[in-house]
Amino acid sequence: MSLTLDDVKRIAHLACIEVGESEAQGYLSQLSSILGLVEEMQAVNTDGIEPMAHAQDVVLRLREDAVSETDRRADYLALAPQVEAGLYLVPKVIE
Amino acid sequence: MLNVSLKELSSLLAEKKISSVELVQTFLQRIGELNPVLNAFVTLDTEKSLAQARAADALIAAGKATPLTGIPIAQKDIFCARGWRTTCGSKMLSNFVSPYDAHVIEQFNRAGAVNLGKTNMDEFAMGSSNETSFFGPVKNPWGTSTVPGGSSGGSATAVAARLAPAATGSDTGGSIRQPAALTGITGIKPTYGTVSRYGMIAFASSLDQGGPMAKSAEDCALLLNVMAGFDSRDSTSLARDKEDYARDLARPLQGLKIGLPREYFATGLSAGVARAVEAALAEYRRLGAETVEISLPNTRLSIPVYYVLAPAEASSNLARYDGVRYGYRAPQYGDLTDMYQKTRAQGFGPEVKRRIMIGTYVLSAGYYDAYYIKAQKLRRLIARDFAQAFRQCDVIMGPTSPTTAFKLGEKSDDPVSMYLSDIYTIAVNLAGLPGMSVPCGFGDDGLPVGLQIVGNYFAEARMLNAAHQYQLATDWHRRAPPGF
Repeated sequence: MSLTLDDVKRIAHLACIEVGESEAQGYLSQLSSILGLVEEMQAVNTDGIEPMAHAQDVVLRLREDAVSETDRRADYLALAPQVEAGLYLVPKVIE
Repeated sequence: MLNVSLKELSSLLAEKKISSVELVQTFLQRIGELNPVLNAFVTLDTEKSLAQARAADALIAAGKATPLTGIPIAQKDIFCARGWRTTCGSKMLSNFVSPYDAHVIEQFNRAGAVNLGKTNMDEFAMGSSNETSFFGPVKNPWGTSTVPGGSSGGSATAVAARLAPAATGSDTGGSIRQPAALTGITGIKPTYGTVSRYGMIAFASSLDQGGPMAKSAEDCALLLNVMAGFDSRDSTSLARDKEDYARDLARPLQGLKIGLPREYFATGLSAGVARAVEAALAEYRRLGAETVEISLPNTRLSIPVYYVLAPAEASSNLARYDGVRYGYRAPQYGDLTDMYQKTRAQGFGPEVKRRIMIGTYVLSAGYYDAYYIKAQKLRRLIARDFAQAFRQCDVIMGPTSPTTAFKLGEKSDDPVSMYLSDIYTIAVNLAGLPGMSVPCGFGDDGLPVGLQIVGNYFAEARMLNAAHQYQLATDWHRRAPPGF
């Protein structure tokens, strides 16, 4: 499986990372060599093997539907790059 | 002071031969002198550290001390600590002052330990050399032109150069064990689920596990006693009874069965590392242990499997860095999408971007089964290899890393060659098993070699016992780098 320059641009778009034309060339060779390493997996027969998502077979715990956090709105808003009137500011999304 | 164990420091504090404030000042002064060369710490806060030390001295005076009260601990900058800048080695979080404590930090605070400062690391823990840090590489005190390993390289160098009595690390594919090996210290990655991941900035959540890094197995046992424990805020934290990881330290090694995976002693292992590990195994036999050859046939697959699963999980975890709620935002942008794309292009370094893109690709429509599900199936085969092996032995031993510390810059332009340096550690994370590294000598180049000990699930006390008995019989762990 070899990648094309268009693949790299598509992946970068999906990953929400701006990649310039010259950078894309670099990623093409690096990502291709990583995928080349990964290709080794395909040689092994895994029919009938259950995928393993986690080290321990644990089930999600349930908890009481009770308030567990205190109100720290001001502390958290203070970390944001841009806020106004208690709201996070981003560029306009609806015309 | 610099070379004494945590237990001895604890006694000195209890007997009032030294105060926590003096201890913290001693280490802060040493950091001030040596950190400009080593770059092990990225954030120091003398005021906060000394305030904790004064509080610890008050606890000691009131007779309320526990074993780590008043002891300064260097914290890997992956652990959120309230009021402390917490960067995870990234420009993306270079301005992030955490509003809360990680569970690990809470546990140390509760024990009265002192946060000595935040240590440098590979960006978002992605790296094996500490060269991907936004704050520049950490130097290995055994040779300042060599890497300390990664991703917990700052913590490893801090302990090895005696800038801190002990430190924390995190290990997703070897990030505690490999830097411990390369800097001649002891570190343990516990069984997955033992140490809460709450407040430990996520890389690959099904593999990430925090653990201690220190000068000896005994120190690690004391630290793990504080770090481990159930926490409802981590959905994968295991609800188990609290245990004393130091309980078996004194147990003799007669009858211990050590499995030696033949795949760990094959091509790719450097001669100097092989010699030091063989000598350590001979010492174990002298101490009464028995060695048996075992096989972990899927070892070579662990790297491809890891480089699908870890990036996949990372691409999902790191989607949160969008420049909206916290962290870096690009100074100039057009619409919302442009803001995300520029923020992430500027805020992440090259290795993190590569891994996010690999992860995005293997999870994308049309490739999910061929890569992600395939890797999860192979992960099960790798875990089964260990289950099979532990029918024949109590612990598994071998090299932690195929080579000693490599030169700065040697592998930084070739991601794949960097990835291959984690061949002996990655499978342990995939299986979720505990693993540790113990110093066992030096390579032909005079740089430290680490012996890896892998245990079955929840066998930490037995592993620490095996390591401690070896450290009673040898002095590799007492060797400090010349000049430090």
